[in-house]
Amino acid sequence: MAVGAFADRGADLELVGIEKRFPGFTAIENLNLTIPAGSFFALLGPSGCGKTTTLRLVAGLEEPTSGRILIAGADVTNRKSFQRPVNTVFQSYALFPHMTVLENVAFGLRRRKIAGPVAKAHEALLLVELDHLAHRKPQQLSGGQQQRVALARAIVNRPALLLLDEPLGALDLKLRRQMQLELKTIQEEVGLTFLHVTHDQEEAMTMADTIAVMNKGRIEQMGEPQQLYELPKTSFVANFLGQSNLFTGPVVSTTSTAIAVDVSGQKIVVPLERAHRVSGEVTIGVRPEKVILHAEAPVQDTGRNVLGPGRVIDVSFSGVSTQYLVDVPGVGTLVVFAQNMVFGPAAHVGASCWLSWNVVHGFGLDDDPAQSPRFEADLDTKTIAQQRRSSLLTELEEA
Amino acid sequence: MAFAAFSSTAPPPTTAPPPTTAPSTDPAARRRSPVALFLLLPGILYLVLFFLTPLVSLLLTSFQAPREFGDIGQYDYAFRWQNYVEVVTTYWPHIVRSFSYALAATFFALLISYPLAYFIGVKARKWPLLQSLMLVLVIAPFFISFLLRTLAWKQLFSDESFVVQTLKALSLMAPEAHVTGTAFSVIFGLTYNFIPFMTLPLYTTLERLDVRYLEAGSDLYASPFHVFRKVTIPLSMPGIVAGTLLTFIPAAGDYINASRDFLGGTGTQMMGNVIETNFLVLQNFPAAAALSIILMTVILVIVSIYVKRSGTEELL
Repeated sequence: MAVGAFADRGADLELVGIEKRFPGFTAIENLNLTIPAGSFFALLGPSGCGKTTTLRLVAGLEEPTSGRILIAGADVTNRKSFQRPVNTVFQSYALFPHMTVLENVAFGLRRRKIAGPVAKAHEALLLVELDHLAHRKPQQLSGGQQQRVALARAIVNRPALLLLDEPLGALDLKLRRQMQLELKTIQEEVGLTFLHVTHDQEEAMTMADTIAVMNKGRIEQMGEPQQLYELPKTSFVANFLGQSNLFTGPVVSTTSTAIAVDVSGQKIVVPLERAHRVSGEVTIGVRPEKVILHAEAPVQDTGRNVLGPGRVIDVSFSGVSTQYLVDVPGVGTLVVFAQNMVFGPAAHVGASCWLSWNVVHGFGLDDDPAQSPRFEADLDTKTIAQQRRSSLLTELEEA
Repeated sequence: MAFAAFSSTAPPPTTAPPPTTAPSTDPAARRRSPVALFLLLPGILYLVLFFLTPLVSLLLTSFQAPREFGDIGQYDYAFRWQNYVEVVTTYWPHIVRSFSYALAATFFALLISYPLAYFIGVKARKWPLLQSLMLVLVIAPFFISFLLRTLAWKQLFSDESFVVQTLKALSLMAPEAHVTGTAFSVIFGLTYNFIPFMTLPLYTTLERLDVRYLEAGSDLYASPFHVFRKVTIPLSMPGIVAGTLLTFIPAAGDYINASRDFLGGTGTQMMGNVIETNFLVLQNFPAAAALSIILMTVILVIVSIYVKRSGTEELL
């Protein structure tokens, strides 16, 4: 797509074998990713996992050490950021302080010499409901309003690909929910491809069609939000996307439909099609809301896994549900979410209890329980000094 | 008394005073407090003594008339406004030259200082040691008197100097040409002497420049040239205004560089030199005073128009 025209639809984004090394550490290692046109794609991960670097590579603000970036099939790896059909909503918004809101929004249109920049800027401001503030300076707006201006400034250009760098991070919860809905609506209305980088798993799950969970410069798992949640592949995904109860043990028997794992003497069954590994030491798990708390030992049932007896060590009430921490000797501490169907907690701290869950709710991870660290440690003093410095710098920037 | 309310050692009052009379809680009382005025007093006294009094004296001198049958340098207070007409008609080439030289020097200083300040303030951020080293180098000339430095340049530009000899040997200069005493050498001297005054304010602005704005500009299809023109320049405007003012104002009144003893010649005299000659040699004090007042007024007018146009009123 030429930079001088509006995109009539979103474009595919393809990252092929991307690698990015900074002095002293590897930010991204062999990243392959295809984002289909018109989708809302979320890159989810903790800070420092390489997600923002990925975004900056796509925007052209960083150069990859190796690999190629293709937008709508065209190789843009060697193009500068101003030559790419991409716009970014920055985490800091980066609204030009010396221009009015309207000038900010019209900036990209003017640079591309698109006819009627002022009228189009007003249209974009109407979309984010800020047209009445068009002649203010960005500093005179609230955080939420600035965020919407930043969004208008990006989408007014109708980029084939819109990059969102944690743009909702600075907003309060209520405004963030509202903006999430608005973003989703805009994306559907305009039909652009959105690449959204965030560390907020809830935000990623409510907004994105596809989520890629990133950790230490690599994509751990990619898929639809529900699929990722219900069937995580690694312990990182299982714990970053919601909470999980994980157990490790050897596979003791295998049938045509399920595997049985010995967890400190108690047999836990996982369906075969939900287990990524079927022999040797495996890690299996279940989501806390799938687990039911029993005051007495439940009746044996082949359809349910039972753990117990255990002791309730903590009860915390959170409105819709109550979270129980249950210590099961030999297994560890488990988390249980129970809907508040009755008044008051179903169990008190110190009460003994049993836990059970439907066999079909269990999942088996792909992790090797005895996994080695992903990156070779760089241990010379110069590297350590550089890493310390860069981490201090980011800390200072965040503060 | 205003601090007594905060003092923990103060004895508790036997009867609690009504809160409105407490000096520290009532804003109106605090505004009327003489402490602020008292703190300003030294500054005000200093200004009255060393700025306002000389200014009034200068203004009165500029209207003085020569004493009848008096000696050279003897004047009486009068309202001889013709002094102004006389100095303008006599010295208008010097007035024009002063401001055009100052303008040229400001322009060249900006041209040299901006890339320098940009490098120190933006590009060298990754190497704080280099940053400090370069700043020290910018300030280093101040360790030597600027008279000596200007004299050194005179030596370098003299007809017998290695530089001029080489240029002449290479036929890059006509054999009978000179460097000292030309407009070039005066503007060169002014530019050279005022570069630190231009670089430092530019550096302080550029050092705070958030490069994320530049990235945003680039993301919005602006080429590096456009990013510079539309984002970097407007954001560094406070530094540009401060630097150009700190260069232009003293350069317009400078009398060292243009002096015949330094880099200037008879054809390069600026207002500063004329004022000096009138005051010290001709002892024509009213003419010197009138020229000073004209210099000050023109600078004030130019500066206020400039500041208004550049949209940085909040600076002043």
